[in-house]
Amino acid sequence: MTDLITPITMPKFGLAMTEGKIAGWNIAPGAHVDAGQEIADIETTKITNGYESPAAGTLRRQIAEEGETLPVGALLGILAEPAVSDAEIDAFIAKFQADFSSDSATTTQAEHADPFMVNVGDLTLRVQEAGQGAETPLLFIHGFGGDLSNWMLNQTTLSATRRTIAFDLPGHGGSSKNVGEGKPATFAVTAAALLDKLDISKAHVVGHSLGGAIALELAKAFPQKVASLSLIAPAGLGRDINMAFIDGFITADRRKTLEPVLNYLVHDKTLISRKMIEDIIRFKRLDGAVLGLQNIAAACFPNGQQADDLRPVLVSFDGPAQIIWGADDEILSPNSAKDLPATIKVTLLPQTGHMPQLEKAADVNAAITAFID
Amino acid sequence: MQIAHDILLRSYRSMRTIRDFEERLHVEFATGEIPGFVHLYCGEEASAVGVCAHLSETDTIASTHRGHGHCIAKGVGVDGMMAEIYGRKSGVCHGKGGSMHIADLSLGMLGANGIVGGGPPLICGAALSHKVLKDGGVAVAFYGDGASNEGTTLESLNLAMVWQLPAVFVCEDNGYGEATGASYACAGTQKARAAGFGMPYFDCDGTDFFAVYEAAGQAIAHARAGNGPVMLHVNLARWYGHFEGDAMTYRVNGEVARERAEHDCLKNFRQRVTEVSLLEPSALDEIDTSVKDEIEAAVKAAKSAPLPEPADLEADVYVSY
Amino acid sequence: MSKKSFRQAINEALRQEMQRDPRVVLIGEDIAGGQGGTAGIVDAWGGVLGVTKGLYTEFGAERVFDTPISEASYIGAAVGAAATGLRPVAELMFVDFVGSCLDQIMNQAAKFRYMFGGKARTPLVIRAMYGAGFNAAAQHSQALYPLFTHIPGLKVVVPSSPYEAKGLLIEAIRDDDPVIFLENKVMYDDEEDVPDEPYSIPFGEANLTREGDDVTIVAFGRMVNFANEAADRLEKDGISCTVIDPRTTSPLDAATILECVEDTGRLVIVDESSPRCNMATDVAALVAEEAFDALKAPIRRVGPPHTPVPFATVLEKLYLPDAARIESAVRSVMAYKKTKQDA
Repeated sequence: MTDLITPITMPKFGLAMTEGKIAGWNIAPGAHVDAGQEIADIETTKITNGYESPAAGTLRRQIAEEGETLPVGALLGILAEPAVSDAEIDAFIAKFQADFSSDSATTTQAEHADPFMVNVGDLTLRVQEAGQGAETPLLFIHGFGGDLSNWMLNQTTLSATRRTIAFDLPGHGGSSKNVGEGKPATFAVTAAALLDKLDISKAHVVGHSLGGAIALELAKAFPQKVASLSLIAPAGLGRDINMAFIDGFITADRRKTLEPVLNYLVHDKTLISRKMIEDIIRFKRLDGAVLGLQNIAAACFPNGQQADDLRPVLVSFDGPAQIIWGADDEILSPNSAKDLPATIKVTLLPQTGHMPQLEKAADVNAAITAFID
Repeated sequence: MQIAHDILLRSYRSMRTIRDFEERLHVEFATGEIPGFVHLYCGEEASAVGVCAHLSETDTIASTHRGHGHCIAKGVGVDGMMAEIYGRKSGVCHGKGGSMHIADLSLGMLGANGIVGGGPPLICGAALSHKVLKDGGVAVAFYGDGASNEGTTLESLNLAMVWQLPAVFVCEDNGYGEATGASYACAGTQKARAAGFGMPYFDCDGTDFFAVYEAAGQAIAHARAGNGPVMLHVNLARWYGHFEGDAMTYRVNGEVARERAEHDCLKNFRQRVTEVSLLEPSALDEIDTSVKDEIEAAVKAAKSAPLPEPADLEADVYVSY
Repeated sequence: MSKKSFRQAINEALRQEMQRDPRVVLIGEDIAGGQGGTAGIVDAWGGVLGVTKGLYTEFGAERVFDTPISEASYIGAAVGAAATGLRPVAELMFVDFVGSCLDQIMNQAAKFRYMFGGKARTPLVIRAMYGAGFNAAAQHSQALYPLFTHIPGLKVVVPSSPYEAKGLLIEAIRDDDPVIFLENKVMYDDEEDVPDEPYSIPFGEANLTREGDDVTIVAFGRMVNFANEAADRLEKDGISCTVIDPRTTSPLDAATILECVEDTGRLVIVDESSPRCNMATDVAALVAEEAFDALKAPIRRVGPPHTPVPFATVLEKLYLPDAARIESAVRSVMAYKKTKQDA
């Protein structure tokens, strides 16, 4: 009967996660859950995320308590049909706990290597790879002020059957601080050079925000390299941009001043964790980081408006393209996705801010998977 | 020894300025209008001027609590100095330092110093700057026979030798550390102390400008050439007490009068240059008049200059805080 | 980014700033080590605990100056060099040795800017080890940051981790005022992720290492780690603490301390330095004066007794504050009930 028992274990959100805390159970013991239903909120140092049930069944046991912090892979609860006896469940738990050690859990997850540095021209880029397979590889391009960890809830899922590459743009994360002209087109050249360096001739490109504009420039300058475009809250399709966010992101240097700025990013403000704020402050303390951001902002958003209109690029792109946007985006308005050709699929996510890939990771992952598979 | 005309004129003017500045302070201090306390350099003018005649703004000096002479010799203006001593906002330190802390780093004047023996370690650092920055400068520590017994001074002699610094240690030996005679307080000799560190030693009569000029010239040239530090021992006498108001009960009657009569560096200078027609007496007279006017104007300006304001109290503790 | 020890973080900060600015020079006893030794190896030690190892080899005798054991002269020289164009980082080895050169710090470096009417700049860093826990006894174990904090004109940094140490030391070297940078000698092998690139952490900006609702703990230097440990234990019992690492005792981020006390209403201060006129008394006075109405319980100070640091391990353990003592202080302020009726 053990195949009728489904263990619920601490998930791994993002490649660096080693443990998580049960922020709260969303269902009570004895209740029925559907596959995909959010059964618990898991809090990591970086983000709190809903955990979707891997299967349908009844929550027979709730093993992890609210507030408890456990390693990835640790047993949180047991799903089983009512037919399964308590004794069978007890035996299953005993065996699971005997076999489980947090060490083995983390080593089996170690298939994802740490980020590594790649030299592209006179730039050094921090790159994170995950997955392998015959499918066309996938390239993630983050937005202004972001870094490769913006894809922490996406890269693992999307790397099941393909190679995926996330990297820090110049001026961001662990990459060189030299941003050159700092325009989307500048970064598109860098992204193309990175693909060449990694021997990738063609990739599905997922771009977020300014990374969306970069993806469009990449499609414009190197159409042969772009298998498809998935643009998440992309820049380049309208003129308006929330300059309070851009300016605030550049100038705020303390948690207290940065937090309200980061709140613009999400619909659910509780997602902005201490760790996320601290990581951004630490990045901004690096020599040259703020200057790089200033230069990018000056090049991309002069006079408080977006400089580049890339709608024509999107319209004439000779491949599949989709747009995913949060309905409550406070930085770039989803109205910019209107009046596009019907061939471009637009997914509008309710109660979602500027970072759907974090806030509605499962929806975004599903939309991308469905689109490129 | 040949000394250029302009150097002679400048040096005389400098010595005369120090003399008049200090004599005037002696008078003004007695009126009670000058706050705090002052230590006068009268009688020692040839030392500061004879040494600084070999220095430019690139070079650095550190002075002592008896610092007015060194300041003037290094080029600090008397207006700013006088205003400072009067505690005025227009003073060279905006009225926050006073007599013992007059400094002008832009002129290489690292400050008078209220701490006996405070200067020699600083001068090791200034000399290190000259050496590392390769600007050709030398650093000169003026210190007294009293400071020669401070550990800081002895440590600095050692450090300067160890690092082979372009430093000159000028021991102005006026025979007294406050009220105590050097014959009591200084064991051995300055010469033997220099020898103990393997440091070249020069000495001279500090009441004779020409003697100081010549000895200092050799000493400074040695250091500037990269041959390491030197000591210059200058023998002289102070004409006033340790500080103004000191009745000098420790000195025999007539000691100062004899110094004034026999070892006045200004009188000696005038006699020497006019005897051999190096300078015309009229040129020196002209300087005397001009300096007199300058000091008069400085005192007048200082007395009427604005006082510091309440906001100045908390200003300039840090560059940024 | 990679794991670096406190020692490596400091070494890297020095190296990167020396690479960036040729005016940055190092001065100190045995910071290379081996000059004049029979082995003929310069850079034999790299500092008494190896913190400056390799810097002489990389930058040479024109940038790294070993000194005689002569604190008054070389600390004074560092002050003089700072006032005349260099940006020296002097190492005092043990902060206890300040007795031999206090004049150079207190009467010279600290005073120049003010007494010269704002015309001087003295961009000097003096690094020194502090702290008990090494059986180094009374003359090599003191935590003298209050002494320097007391002197206007000095800035005082007490870093609590490798990340903090690198960023704060780079800031110290770039700062135009004299900075006393104190390294807890017990922490040199502590490790954490430290960026490879240069970065600076501003002075006077406290870091909140924990955020909670019940008690504010202000801790300095190594004590921040103990406070975090105590806060994590207390959290399990439902007592949530804010832990403030002020990073610098001068300037002190009074605003953050007051805000947190306003939020929690309770304050525990952990200070390794001798208890009279130390940072704990300073912070307690600040809060008593500015946030009296917010307090729900008396302020508690956790610190050593008013004794020299003892030698024997058993006594030294008793001397130093630890997580358990912090925990019990927090519990005591939580348990406090006002006996008088509120007016």
